Amino acid sequence: MIVEALLILGLFFLGIGTLGLLKLSNTLERMHATSEATTLGVGFTVIAGAIKFYPNGTYLSALLALFFLFLTAPTGAHMIARATYTEEKRREGTRTSLKEFL
Amino acid sequence: MTTILEASLVISALLTFLCSYRAIKGPETADRMVALDAISTNIVALAVIYAMYTERAVFINVSLMLAITGFVATVATATYLREGDIIQ
Repeated sequence: MIVEALLILGLFFLGIGTLGLLKLSNTLERMHATSEATTLGVGFTVIAGAIKFYPNGTYLSALLALFFLFLTAPTGAHMIARATYTEEKRREGTRTSLKEFL
Repeated sequence: MTTILEASLVISALLTFLCSYRAIKGPETADRMVALDAISTNIVALAVIYAMYTERAVFINVSLMLAITGFVATVATATYLREGDIIQ
């Protein structure tokens, strides 16, 4: 019962993320929608998988996947945002190299 | 249970397919990168649902490897877009 509930919740958040990716109007807004809602949806789905496989040892692997996903998704989103910002500033013609500020 | 899992497989595959609209049509390179990142995150969920559907626990490890590969691909593409080169 709880597995189905978590699965439906995860699919709901995946749908929210995909809707934001399709309908929002700016690159950074799209990145915001996908990086948060999709990560939450996948998190609920992986927790559902871990509960379903619980007596088996594989649920530890699912929890490891969850931990790794929560560790890497904000990092990837941050790198995408920085690349987008640098690209926009480069197109405007202003100086953008981060090495000048460090 | 099986009906819900089949419906979840269909819905998540459809959502992954809808993400490819932005990957094809996106006006800038960053939009395509965001869309591919979302696709690689959706496929992790798809692998987990498939593992629950077939009751073969191996696909949980597949989802873990897909998460790692998607992260490396995102970082490499972002570095390429920012620096103009991957290994400098």
